[in-house]
Amino acid sequence: MRLTLDIWRQKNGADAGRFETYSVEANEHQSFLEMLDVLNQDLIGQGKEPVAFDSDCREGICGMCGFLVNGVPHGPENNTTICQTHMRHFHDGQRLRLEPWRAAAFPVLRDLVVDRTAFDRIIQAGGYVSVRTGSAVDSNAMLVQKNAADRAMTAAACIGCGACVAACPNAAAALFTGAKITQLGLLPQGQPERIDRALNMVAQYGKEGFGHCTLIGECEAVCPAKIKLEVIARMNGDFVKAVFSKRAEESAGGAG
Amino acid sequence: MSVATKTISAAPPSPSRLGILWGSAIGKKFLMALTGILLSLFVLGHLLGNLQLYFGKDSTGAWLINNYAKFLHNNVPLLWGTRLVMGVSVLVHAIAGIQLYLAKQSARPIPYHEKQSVNSTLPSRTMIWSGVLIGGFVVYHLLHLTVGSAHPDFVPLDVMHNVSTGLRGIAAVVYLISMVALGFHLRHGLYSLFSSLGAGNPAISKNVFNYAAVVATLIALANISFPLAVLAGLVRG
Ligand code: HEM
Ligand code: FES
Repeated sequence: MRLTLDIWRQKNGADAGRFETYSVEANEHQSFLEMLDVLNQDLIGQGKEPVAFDSDCREGICGMCGFLVNGVPHGPENNTTICQTHMRHFHDGQRLRLEPWRAAAFPVLRDLVVDRTAFDRIIQAGGYVSVRTGSAVDSNAMLVQKNAADRAMTAAACIGCGACVAACPNAAAALFTGAKITQLGLLPQGQPERIDRALNMVAQYGKEGFGHCTLIGECEAVCPAKIKLEVIARMNGDFVKAVFSKRAEESAGGAG
Repeated sequence: MSVATKTISAAPPSPSRLGILWGSAIGKKFLMALTGILLSLFVLGHLLGNLQLYFGKDSTGAWLINNYAKFLHNNVPLLWGTRLVMGVSVLVHAIAGIQLYLAKQSARPIPYHEKQSVNSTLPSRTMIWSGVLIGGFVVYHLLHLTVGSAHPDFVPLDVMHNVSTGLRGIAAVVYLISMVALGFHLRHGLYSLFSSLGAGNPAISKNVFNYAAVVATLIALANISFPLAVLAGLVRG
């Protein structure tokens, strides 16, 4: 099948960028990124600059890939990464627009590649648990309810690709931050830092310049890890509880 | 005899809980949800009270809706208590909503050339506009049927007269549009407030999503019925 691609080309952060149009011969067995590999081979053959895009595992598990295809993050297959989207979902003669994630917190580095280190800083702010060193704990010493374990593991599926931010009209990172807060906050190991985690991760979220959540639900629809909006409510609840208990803690400490 | 002196260095005042909430987007949404609940309860009570427009006269020949108005006006703590709570709520709610809307403008400085909505409802994407419309309507509505200065022939405490002469022409159109906006606002607001308060269990949120649509539609339709009934000549003072 022959496809026409309008691809965002931008040399670096200082370049204004523009769409450029390419034609590529694809077949239905290729993945979307393999189709782009073919295009890039063509471009290199013609002595032109290949299109820069992120990828690593190409199995839908690492979270490196991602851009919009015709206005939808990760393309037309909902809950699937673009690396796992195959060309059989497209047809001959189709015109596709490839655009990078757009958010103040995700500046474009080059073409379809954006800088997502804002996510790393949110994780650093509170995405950890403290573990006592020493001999290993007995495997079942800490009991976890089935329901809590299931929900924590569902939240832990987040691969941090940034599609939630890209899909959100507010460029909010609520689904991502909520997933990280939920995954740890539902488990006993995550309790000691639960208050600080909510306060610190939410504070970092704000500093990175993401927008706020209006529970529109675009993020949930495109998330390749099928993270549920539930995690945003968990984040909100943990944050508000943290605000109240933090004050109590501070005034108790301040009395000394 | 020596006197022990102790310098107490003033610790920087830690912000109050309300201050911390107001300083964060999540906290603002929390306050919007709380005030949204108060406003929604008022909308419901206001609507139920107004349904007495349809109940006719009592045994002395006085309109029931006018008796209700007198009852409210004689009950000063109730009347002014409600006005105070509603005034503060709408201010907190509207200021927070507008501030959040303005703040998020910088979150995506370069817009998409092409962006599809995959999953979201139109009301959810237009909360700020339905909200602003409601805010403008509240001011007009107070001048129209409470103060009376925006009413062509206002008679204090004769609600039946004021409604049946007032909800006509351009005023009826304003009421109709505003009540559609209210329906839109509640359709998303009655659902999203649960998440803002920290309640998002997926087992119930699907139901909340559906019930919000039903409740918002019923409230909007019942409110829309008033100008329609006046225009159809069913309500005459
Ligand atoms: C009858 C009056 C009103 C009622 C019953 C009402 C109700 C609600 C409710 C229940 C919410 C959901 C809150 C949440 O998600 O936590 C909401 C959100 C919102 N309201 Fe109102 N509201 C009213 C008036 C207004 C006014 C006058 C404005 C003025 C701008 C406004 C602007 C907003 C905005 C922008 C949101 C979305 C907040 C966000 O997600 O960023 N509302 N409203
Ligand atoms: S490349 Fe790893 S998820 Fe797509």
